[in-house]
Amino acid sequence: MMETDRKDGRTPNQLRMLSCSRNILHRAHGSASWSQGETKVLAAVYGPNAGTKKNEDPEKACIEVIWKPKTGQIGKAEKECEMIMKKTIQSICLLTINPNTTTSVVVQVVNDDGALLPCAINAACAALVDAGIPMKHLAVAICCCVAEEGSVLLDPTKLEEQQMRGFAYIVFPNSALSALPKGSSLVDGEPLEHGIITSVTHGVMSVDEYLRCVGRGRAACAKLSDVLRRSLQKSES
Amino acid sequence: MRLVDSSGDLSGEMEVDAFRRLFPLRYYERHLAESIRPDGRPLGMARDTTLALGAVSSADGSALAKIGSTTMLAAIKMEVMTPSAESPDEGCIAIEFHMPPICSPIVRPGRPAEAAVVVSKQLSDTILSSGMIDLKELALVNADGALFDAALLSAVAAFSHLQIPVVSLNDKGKIVAFTEEGDTVGKLEKEAVNKEKRKLTLGNIPFSLTCTLHKKHILADPSSEEESIMETLVTVVMDSSDRLVSFYKPGGPALAYTSLVTDCVRLTRQRMKELEKILDEAFSGMEVD
Repeated sequence: MMETDRKDGRTPNQLRMLSCSRNILHRAHGSASWSQGETKVLAAVYGPNAGTKKNEDPEKACIEVIWKPKTGQIGKAEKECEMIMKKTIQSICLLTINPNTTTSVVVQVVNDDGALLPCAINAACAALVDAGIPMKHLAVAICCCVAEEGSVLLDPTKLEEQQMRGFAYIVFPNSALSALPKGSSLVDGEPLEHGIITSVTHGVMSVDEYLRCVGRGRAACAKLSDVLRRSLQKSES
Repeated sequence: MRLVDSSGDLSGEMEVDAFRRLFPLRYYERHLAESIRPDGRPLGMARDTTLALGAVSSADGSALAKIGSTTMLAAIKMEVMTPSAESPDEGCIAIEFHMPPICSPIVRPGRPAEAAVVVSKQLSDTILSSGMIDLKELALVNADGALFDAALLSAVAAFSHLQIPVVSLNDKGKIVAFTEEGDTVGKLEKEAVNKEKRKLTLGNIPFSLTCTLHKKHILADPSSEEESIMETLVTVVMDSSDRLVSFYKPGGPALAYTSLVTDCVRLTRQRMKELEKILDEAFSGMEVD
């Protein structure tokens, strides 16, 4: 087993300090901030508002994502993030409940220190719950990177992301805890939580390394979903 | 949509075209049950692909790729530039992706389509990630699904076709492109830095395959009709040394389990062999002249 020494002293499987707070913006219908180490993202949800946008299906609710970078103008990278987030959120929300409405999710990057898109997806998920948008299940996102020798590190900082051979952002579903009897949600012999909702990779890696990233990411997502649930339960007192 | 269920019996009486328009998902599901698609392809097969090199004679390298009816034109223009201070021996690649209204009825003049921005960014990422290396322009001539595949293929082909033009130093010490025609007296003083046009050496070449996932079926290389009905798209890019350059799945209702991931990768490997063969054939066709 190769042990890579990380600059901040973490083990390969260790995530950074996670924190999540909800209901921080009082004018928005729902809001949340999510931080992983130094990376911090603020998400606000406004909706559902009446009417859908031009080319969208009026039989379903429409989700709109606006990504605001920390500095600089909105360019292609931001548009791509918007599209990925929109498709991810569309797959976890129940779109048929409020047809012909638009829900806007505004994502503001407060600080970027690696794993930005996963952080944003987690923040958006918490904000959607805060706003009361109906969802099938929650989503948890994680970033895994592959080092030169092939070892997998979780939750890289920006410096690590740039130095590594490749990295992957992966989003998993997070279904209801123990409300269903065990074994009822098996698909192809794997429980529902094992499917990938979204995956975006950068850099090259072998297929095995990618599958290892997916496996490690899945295991780590349990911890992330714990933090998410705890913060959701905290405010209901 | 309760109507769909009750009119299931009518489907025998309706014309096939009407059924296809009114109930597209059921039309496809009926086909999937037989493991075949409306255009007669089996599920894992991609559409016919053709490649034509040197389509644009004024560009330094160019290619026209057709996958089914999706047509993509790529042209490369090389420019002399001063490299940045941090990487003095590297050039840079700028990629522009255009979706002119000619390609599809959903694109209107003036506003760039959403897909255009995303595809161009994906393309830049892939080409830079895979370790290949100038200005590039891609124009979509006809949009019929699997835009990214066609774009990548035409880009790769254009790079293979690229021949770096001769450059020389002029009096002021700046590098100038050496034009083939016309020699005035002044120009004779310049020495050509590289004597003849040379081809760009390519690293590992990436190839891609887009699939849609629907319940348990994987459909390789969807047409635009299939793409619009089945909302989950997966694009897998692999390079010739069997490494994964990108596994891109932007959301979508169907989840990807490990078995699906390995299946998609397997289909991509098959497709890669087909594409490599097509690229080689196009090349040997060119070298004959």
